[in-house]
Amino acid sequence: MLAATSTPMTPMSQAPGGPLLVVEGLRRSYGDRVALDGLSFSVGRGEIFGLLGPNGAGKTTTFHILAGLLAPEAGRILLAGRETGPEDPAYRARLGVVFQHPSLDLKLTGRENLQLGAGLYALPRRVARERIEELLRLVDLTERADELVEQYSGGMRRRLELARVLLHEPQILVLDEPSRGLDQPSLRRFWEQILELRARRGLTVLLTTHQPEEAEYCDRLGVLDGGRLVACDTPAALRKRVGNERILIEGDRPEELVEVISTRFDLHAPAVQVVDGRVVVEAPRAHELVPRLVEAFPGGRLRSVSLRAPTLADVFVRLTGHGLPEGDEGAV
Amino acid sequence: MVASAAERPGARSAPEVEPARASEHAFRLGLATIAVLVVRDLKRFFRQKSRVLGALVQPLIFWLAIGSGFNASFRFPGAGAEGSVSYMSYFFPGVIVMVVLFTAIFTTLSLIEDRHQGFLQAVMVAPGARWALVLGKTLGGVTIAMVQAGIFLALAPWAGFSLGHVQWVTLLFTLLFTAVGLSALGFTLAWWLDSVQGYHAVMSVLLIPAWVLSGAMFPIERGSAWLAVAAHLNPVAYSVAAVRRALYGGVGTAGLGTSAWLEFAVVLGFAFLTVALGVWISRFGRVARPRRAKTAGGGAR
Repeated sequence: MLAATSTPMTPMSQAPGGPLLVVEGLRRSYGDRVALDGLSFSVGRGEIFGLLGPNGAGKTTTFHILAGLLAPEAGRILLAGRETGPEDPAYRARLGVVFQHPSLDLKLTGRENLQLGAGLYALPRRVARERIEELLRLVDLTERADELVEQYSGGMRRRLELARVLLHEPQILVLDEPSRGLDQPSLRRFWEQILELRARRGLTVLLTTHQPEEAEYCDRLGVLDGGRLVACDTPAALRKRVGNERILIEGDRPEELVEVISTRFDLHAPAVQVVDGRVVVEAPRAHELVPRLVEAFPGGRLRSVSLRAPTLADVFVRLTGHGLPEGDEGAV
Repeated sequence: MVASAAERPGARSAPEVEPARASEHAFRLGLATIAVLVVRDLKRFFRQKSRVLGALVQPLIFWLAIGSGFNASFRFPGAGAEGSVSYMSYFFPGVIVMVVLFTAIFTTLSLIEDRHQGFLQAVMVAPGARWALVLGKTLGGVTIAMVQAGIFLALAPWAGFSLGHVQWVTLLFTLLFTAVGLSALGFTLAWWLDSVQGYHAVMSVLLIPAWVLSGAMFPIERGSAWLAVAAHLNPVAYSVAAVRRALYGGVGTAGLGTSAWLEFAVVLGFAFLTVALGVWISRFGRVARPRRAKTAGGGAR
């Protein structure tokens, strides 16, 4: 099992022993609105599984049900092949839950927060002391461990939260929108730590996200829309479904550019359109089009022309007919 | 089986306990959860110097100002040395109960803040049972309330009580169960309420009337009939009566006209009832969700 986990980015749902976590037919509604409409998925041992979707797709509802803060109307959860759920203390002891907003006590120091966390899982004192020091080193907070958490930055709080969640050595980490409230360097660092933990301890990770960049860290992705999975595959396989590369063109008066490109290259919307002030051309063998485009507009008419592979955001649009929200609108 | 546990000799794997030992394990987890929550509330309390000071100075000023203001005008027949009781002395038990009342309830009302900061959710996803969460939070409030009541009790000789005369054991248990009842009430309210506005409503609609109508400031039987009815329905009144009785060495003075046993039974019953209510609401009440989810009536995501 450890050997398998040392080769990252490989789906491991077929690993010996079957999937670690299975969720079947989860259903939950708020009044008339159905938030989860029979959601099913499974997460293999050592796998990083992401639920991708916009707000309202049912991600957070799923997270709350798995964490035990919300009861589903129907459905069941299997952990290591055994039917269980948040009402079972053994299930909760195997889970490490990371909330969107760090659930720390700001009036206590970093170390005290960890001691508190160790107490909640009834770790023996000696074990707790060792692990606290070890985890403080891991998340690089040893020097500031005796400061009050209210003096920590957002990134530091998130790292402390991660340390606290790892104290009881959970089998599976459940993260709700880990990217929220983190700047790019902090986020990259956070993910480096997650990947290292996976490699070293065979940790299984389940997360929710609405960010395509973050979704790229996952071994497999469940694309969630309207409370159901519309697709479930590796990021690479999902990207293949969209196929075509895209050309991004920056220049003044983009609408005019679209017209010219449409007539000269016989391409029509939605294959050529303006998105966020840039012209996006989607075509088979788009790379062959690039030099011809450049030649078609001499004299600095275009500021830049670039080619990119389809992203998970494109995948999402293709699968659901609507986009993921841009940016991190919910950041703290 | 679990890679992480196998790698490290000191590590215990996730508890794969057989059913017989599962309940013992759950009990141990419960105790650990209680201990952690009590220690946390104590740390938070004593770290805020202004809170410690305010908690002591405010009742002192209250007692001195109101007490000496009325002292000249009012005297009650009762068990005092000269067969009558000074107002300073009459008012003293009421202030002690006030200390317990406000400290206990406000300590557990901090659950509202715990939820908004997300701390509550971290406790809820941990394996400890809900009853442990209720008891941990409640006993935190109890401990702080008892420390403060104890400090204030040191002033008893200046209120005209002889320390040798006081029924200490009765006093201790009365204050203890009063604190348990009020802390657990605070927990229940905090679980149910969701905002700071709710918090102020509790203060003005519940706490102040409960205290004023408890016989803390004036003897109930001298007031109008509706006052007496209200007082007899008010559990705090029984606490005040019992505390006053214990301070006077077992003599009921200007109380509810009830017996010592009834007073203690109500105090104890109130404590059990509110703890049960706290456990019930935390298990079956609307589940506390983090702050983002609740803004749209729980339906936004």
